[in-house]
Amino acid sequence: MAKILVGMSTCGLSAGARDTYEELKKLLSDDSSHELTLTGCIGMCYREPLVEIRDNGTRTIYGDVDAGRAREIVDKHLANGTVIEDYAVYTEDASGRKGGAEEPFLTQQNRIVLRNCGVINPESIDEYTERGGYEATRRALTVMTPEQVVGEIKESGLRGRGGAGFPTGIKWSFAAGNDADQKYVVCNADEGDPGAFMDRSVLEGDPHAVLEGMIICGKAIGATFGYIYCRAEYPLAIARLEIAIEAARKKGYLGDDILGSGFDFDIKIKQGAGAFVCGEETALFASIEGERGMPRIRPPFPAEQGVWGKPTNNNNVETYANIPWIIVNGASAFRKYGTEKSPGTKVFALVGKIEKGGLAEVPMGTSIEELVFGIGGGIKDGGEFKPVQMGGPSGGCIPEHLKNTPVDFEHIPQTGAIMGSGGMVVLDATTCMVDIARFFLDFTQEESCGKCTCCRIGTKRMLETLERITTGEGNTEDIAHLQHLAQQIKQASLCGLGQTAPNPVLTTIDYYEDEYIAHISDKHCPAANCSALVSFNIDRDKCTGCTLCVRDCPVDAISGGKKQFHVIDQGKCVKCGKCITSCNFDAVYKA
Amino acid sequence: MSKRCIDPAKAREIAERYPAGDGTGLIHALQDVQAAFGYVPCEAVEVLCEHLGVPISKAFSATTFYKAFSLTPKGDVVIRICTGTACHIRGAQTLVDEIRAVLSIEPGETTEDMKFTLETVNCVGACAMAPVVSLNGEYHGGVQPGAATRMIRGEE
Ligand SMILES: Cc1cc2nc3c(=O)[nH]c(=O)nc-3n(C[C@H](O)[C@H](O)[C@H](O)COP(=O)(O)O)c2cc1C
Repeated sequence: MAKILVGMSTCGLSAGARDTYEELKKLLSDDSSHELTLTGCIGMCYREPLVEIRDNGTRTIYGDVDAGRAREIVDKHLANGTVIEDYAVYTEDASGRKGGAEEPFLTQQNRIVLRNCGVINPESIDEYTERGGYEATRRALTVMTPEQVVGEIKESGLRGRGGAGFPTGIKWSFAAGNDADQKYVVCNADEGDPGAFMDRSVLEGDPHAVLEGMIICGKAIGATFGYIYCRAEYPLAIARLEIAIEAARKKGYLGDDILGSGFDFDIKIKQGAGAFVCGEETALFASIEGERGMPRIRPPFPAEQGVWGKPTNNNNVETYANIPWIIVNGASAFRKYGTEKSPGTKVFALVGKIEKGGLAEVPMGTSIEELVFGIGGGIKDGGEFKPVQMGGPSGGCIPEHLKNTPVDFEHIPQTGAIMGSGGMVVLDATTCMVDIARFFLDFTQEESCGKCTCCRIGTKRMLETLERITTGEGNTEDIAHLQHLAQQIKQASLCGLGQTAPNPVLTTIDYYEDEYIAHISDKHCPAANCSALVSFNIDRDKCTGCTLCVRDCPVDAISGGKKQFHVIDQGKCVKCGKCITSCNFDAVYKA
Repeated sequence: MSKRCIDPAKAREIAERYPAGDGTGLIHALQDVQAAFGYVPCEAVEVLCEHLGVPISKAFSATTFYKAFSLTPKGDVVIRICTGTACHIRGAQTLVDEIRAVLSIEPGETTEDMKFTLETVNCVGACAMAPVVSLNGEYHGGVQPGAATRMIRGEE
């Protein structure tokens, strides 16, 4: 009997996996010899929708499977076992030999956090336990003492994956050491960094791993209740978490007297309401309590006074997903991956101008180059590598000459960027670095909660300055002015949002000052990106008057009938570039 | 503010899902109201605050802080263009400009006939499929200029 798995995470669904699934369901409706099921994200977002066939110990993953290809898979592969080589992205035969066009993408990774993503049906607790799920909970609750659990996590050297890289075991020991009638475990699933989706994929693909991490933490620090604070923009993650929590309660992994250990623990989901600053832990606590999500002064630290003023341990989704693996396999197995000071693996979201956009989990210390070129397949459409942006609105741009930098908590900060949560946005020559800085300041300015004056007003002034530069109105003092404001905002803000908001500006000035100067002095955008400084025009010598661009223009800005030269109305043009792609004669140019 | 009437019984039903006199349920209750009506109507806020025993100012403090809440009604089709980093560098802004031009509304606004609302969203987490546009919660990846217009014309 063959098992057919359709990747049904948000990436898969936005590529049309729902239609693929429905088509397969229809085709297999009166065929009970095959089992159709869904699975999470295997990370090859660039080939979604993905369909895997498991049969007699073999695995075949097909990419770009629309309804038509689904029919072909049923007719050929399922009917007579013929593998359709053209779009088999990954294969594994019964003896374990691997092949397929995208085999290197998967085999260059080490999957600890993503161990079950794309492998099990996330809505089935049985599939999770069949792969060893809840064994860690059993050990932590019935065999180990809380001190042993904390000791094992300390020993593993696991550092928080939410951005700051604080050692998790030490954090747990703080909360464990504070006595109180009630303590809380919080899971930060706010994933606000635009350009990152590791946490979403884990929640959608392997929710029980996160629940287990939280239960084990509860035991270790002496808490009986946990909150998962998940952003509202992730409806599917919330739905899968709800299913998982319900199933865990039914099986007795949540609730009273778990596995007869005498330990009680339950979990509640709190849905965010759309505020980036709520990813900052003290703001997150305020939001859980029903307040505006504004950061609070530390100390007191969460381990003393967190949610509802009680000792609280907060970790990121990926941090928790590591915990069960460490408990089962041991700290020393974990330390086999990564570096001395940053042990283990890290999941990265490879996005932007990259050939193979998706998720990749690699040992800490892997270089940017290995990630972008080795796994990610290099720059999209053979473009030219510019920098990678890491750490989102708090991070910075790492230029090409630093592409050998190992990605870990020691080396990335030396470049001016930060590790952040693992979003790696690859930029190419068509990306304007001043515009990228403006983009992030636009973001932080909008998301500043307003508590600290320097953050609230300072980011606004920085944004205005950047807007002037990108529209050709900048003046020569602007760069120094930006640097001056940046220092003040960093020093006078209470939380990480303000303290890091200027980073994107500072790193782009450091590495790409010439682009700032070109905008300011020459009123020129070297990447031909800033719309106020570029226009679209049609070369009279090349235009044949075919009317293709006239018809394709979404805002009817191009005039001219058949065999007449076409002209773009600059007042109407929204500079979308559609005419460039539709012209068959290279007649449209950007200047 | 809208002149649309809301069903007060529905607002009351939502309020009563939460314990009376306990203000900590406020944000959750407001989320339920937003989901049920597509926005947070003033009348519903009054019902909610009375039941939870919190001042109305607190409800407005929350609704104006969190982006998930809207105090004005939305159109039948809510177009959300993701403007996260990956979508930004793959042309999200041109999609926003295009829809703005086609519908003559700014992000956050609704067409006069109440058919379309245009919104931008920080990141929906489908970065590898950038640029992403969602229509009433259904995601579309790799949206090209022109395709966004066709998508909304298909809805007309
Ligand atoms: C503005 C801001 C946003 C943040 N957003 C997130 C987030 O979305 N997810 C997250 O896990 N941590 C986020 N953090 C970091 C948290 O405050 C906290 O350090 C982290 O959740 C701790 O978990 P860890 O020890 O497992 O890394 C953010 C911090 C700041 C200052």
